[in-house]
Amino acid sequence: MLESFLERLEGVETLSDLDAAILSLSSELDVEHVVYHSVKSTGEQYAALTYSDEWVARYLEKDYARIDPVVQACIRRFHPIDWKRLNWSGKAVKSFLHEAIDSGIGNQGFSVPIRGPSGQFALFTVSGSEKDDRWATYTQERSRELILASHYVNQKALEIECGSDQLEIVSLSPRETDALTMLALGFNRAQAAESLSISEHTLRVYIESARFKLAASNTTHAVARAMNQGLLNIC
Amino acid sequence: MLRYIYADDLRRAPKLARTMFRDRGEQFHTRLNWKVTVAGDGSERDEYDALNPLYVIWERPDGSHGGSLRFLPTTGPCMVNDHFLHLTDGVKIESPLVWECTRFCLAPGADTRVSAALMLGGMEAGRASFLTHAVGVFDARMVRVYRRLSWGPIILGTCGTGRDAISVGLWAFQEDGVRARLLDRVGVSSGVSEGWLTQSLDGIAALDPAIA
Repeated sequence: MLESFLERLEGVETLSDLDAAILSLSSELDVEHVVYHSVKSTGEQYAALTYSDEWVARYLEKDYARIDPVVQACIRRFHPIDWKRLNWSGKAVKSFLHEAIDSGIGNQGFSVPIRGPSGQFALFTVSGSEKDDRWATYTQERSRELILASHYVNQKALEIECGSDQLEIVSLSPRETDALTMLALGFNRAQAAESLSISEHTLRVYIESARFKLAASNTTHAVARAMNQGLLNIC
Repeated sequence: MLRYIYADDLRRAPKLARTMFRDRGEQFHTRLNWKVTVAGDGSERDEYDALNPLYVIWERPDGSHGGSLRFLPTTGPCMVNDHFLHLTDGVKIESPLVWECTRFCLAPGADTRVSAALMLGGMEAGRASFLTHAVGVFDARMVRVYRRLSWGPIILGTCGTGRDAISVGLWAFQEDGVRARLLDRVGVSSGVSEGWLTQSLDGIAALDPAIA
């Protein structure tokens, strides 16, 4: 199980080595696509993936992470998720799904959310075109292998980057914490502002300053990072 | 029934959440006298509740808490690795195939069926996530209860004595016949138990796109 991949991983010293190793995983795991995406506690992101450049560009341009059910589930969960189990309803999500399938992502996917040290998180995905029963057999038989591969990749990525990933303890002000907590709980900006008895403009300022402190590239990331660092009052 | 709820979804079940934290205060503070933090209303929470853990909760017909436990991945911050290394010979248990299980709690008056249901819930969550083991932190006197329910832990270490005794132990998910015996104890079919799990965990909606 994964022996040749682990051997290869041992020799990996740079991110470009790691890139190549991750891309080689698709044949080892007998799957069309492999995606690894990490967001460090400093907010830096790293991704290695077999999707077409056109799809990646399109995804970034449209900021699809906002609505992508896989991303939205994985940043808040830690159990492995078969894409079939996600909620793909809603007009925007449906059209995103069709576009993804048309771009060769496949109709099946399995994603492993990874919680690393001090708020680091990553997402590892395999996807492809397959019939339901064959995909179910594949994920059942290879699940542990997929989970282990995802964590080996993550460990290596952290190891390569450890020099630049000094653990900074972020502290948020009570108002910033309140603002992100409301968003984490699913309130929209207007509802959050109303509950906190502040204007939407003020709320935006709190969110932006929290986002900056957390070095998050967008609000979704800020919420996820704050949550993974235990900074929010979600229960 | 059993429910599997991440902390950020507890607000959808306010009564269940309120009574769970209240019963935790009752058990860990009042009854066991552990050094836990209790709020003015008697509810008990710690910093790990803020890390969006997964709770397995036995819900009573009236929507209140009958018992619960809490899961966190051992690859991130968790109690065993942060506070109980002296019970594991200093070994960090860090694996994507092992989750930590803590705060095994029973509501006052809950019977052994609830204990069995919680163990079944732990088993179902572990199986669905392809885990090999759970590592638990628990009241040492509960070991007898776990064994009687046919799924005992391998004890890694214990500190304290009497009702202060706290143990760290490992549960294996691939023990022959354990799931069947737990289903039997709870009096629920395999299909219904799986239904409880998928009903709880499926279909996570995206955050409101307006905020992103």
